[in-house]
Amino acid sequence: MERRAVTIVGASLAGYWAAETLRRDGFEGRISLIGNEPHAPYDRPPLSKKYLAGDLDDDRLALTTAEKLADLGLDLRLGCSATGLDMADRTLEVDGVAEPFDGLVIATGTRCRTLPGTAGLAGVHTLRTRDDAAAIRDAMADGARRMMVVGAGFIGAEVASTAIGRGIEVTMVEALDAPFGRVLGIEMGAVMADVHRHHGVDLRTGVGVDEVLGDGHVTGVRLADGVTLDVDLLVVGIGVIPNTDWLEGSGLTLDDGVVCDETCLAAPGVVAAGDVARWYNERYGESMRVEHWDNAVQQGVHAARRLLLSDGEATPFAPVPWFWSDQYDRKIQLAGRPHPDDEVRVVAGSTAEHRFAAFYGRDGRFTAALGMNRPRQVMQSKGLLEAGASWDDALAFASEWE
Amino acid sequence: MRVVVDFDLCESNAICMQIAPDVFEVRDDDFLYVLEENPGEDRRAVVEQAIQRCPKQAISLEE
Repeated sequence: MERRAVTIVGASLAGYWAAETLRRDGFEGRISLIGNEPHAPYDRPPLSKKYLAGDLDDDRLALTTAEKLADLGLDLRLGCSATGLDMADRTLEVDGVAEPFDGLVIATGTRCRTLPGTAGLAGVHTLRTRDDAAAIRDAMADGARRMMVVGAGFIGAEVASTAIGRGIEVTMVEALDAPFGRVLGIEMGAVMADVHRHHGVDLRTGVGVDEVLGDGHVTGVRLADGVTLDVDLLVVGIGVIPNTDWLEGSGLTLDDGVVCDETCLAAPGVVAAGDVARWYNERYGESMRVEHWDNAVQQGVHAARRLLLSDGEATPFAPVPWFWSDQYDRKIQLAGRPHPDDEVRVVAGSTAEHRFAAFYGRDGRFTAALGMNRPRQVMQSKGLLEAGASWDDALAFASEWE
Repeated sequence: MRVVVDFDLCESNAICMQIAPDVFEVRDDDFLYVLEENPGEDRRAVVEQAIQRCPKQAISLEE
């Protein structure tokens, strides 16, 4: 398909790799990369880990060097926000000014949910951007002693891990019965809870936040069970919302993300990638939105190529999702899509030692592999998942491990 | 081309091993080993994919 120009909205992981892929594949037209942050494309995973700990400077956070970025020859527009889209006119609105587009990649990601009643209260943070991370890092350096983390998902777990490493007292509050319980189920969620407690986190599960206290600056939190705790730094990690507000009324279908077909196409000449994209993953026979780093890289690549193909040439994007999370001295990896009530089998190592691999299965199918400090086994399992191995075949494979 | 791994950055996520098992191996000791430092030109696309999908950007190519 002949395209003269491609506009990419969102200059993070998916947007950057979309631009890089177009150039790598020889696309010579204009590529506009529009990002609402003032920073050149950077990597987000270190924001809750090394960057937060102060062990990584801004340069090392960049997705690429200034030289390589310049070599891509992009029309790079940082600090600019897409504010509207009109599919009928095929115009994009940037900071209120309409401009025509030819091919469009939507990679606007997500933003953090916040706790009601905390707007304007100092010491209350969410973590999504480099500036968010710098603010929490500075608060820790300025003498914060008692941190509360609300939500035991990735962000909460990694922030808690980093704060504990800096000698800060951490209380973690999770409304569900176990960390990651909605993803990993109760049994493996309990293992995650044990890891946090082993490292000194005061983990409180099955309890919500009633009220955040403080006048100007947070001083405490009253929990739903009536307990009030002193807090001088509050980090809220209770999930994200896809950034699709600017697409309301555009003509695109929105449903907790930009709805795409199996090839990542949202409309003729429009694709979406990364956290904001809800596409039909043929492998699972369902539409999904995946908020993982590896998905953003792969989908950015796939979506960019899709723009240059005809409908007949386009191929489905059907990966097995995979993520990692570094917490304390443990590397947690999950490949696949477990259901919280799948059968779980520890196939290598021991959960008590916090070094193991576990398989998830359902109806004779192998659905996911979870590892804690078991990267080799998780990656071999990912291959099995991609090959569609049965539960019995997967267990037979794992029986060779030890 | 020569495959170079910055072992100060590598955290053994092992994604490279899955993409190019003839070039990279993470063993049971959790460390990455480069099995083929000078892969043939026919492996370039695969190695470039491993570079792209390394979460730590720890892999590079020297020509």
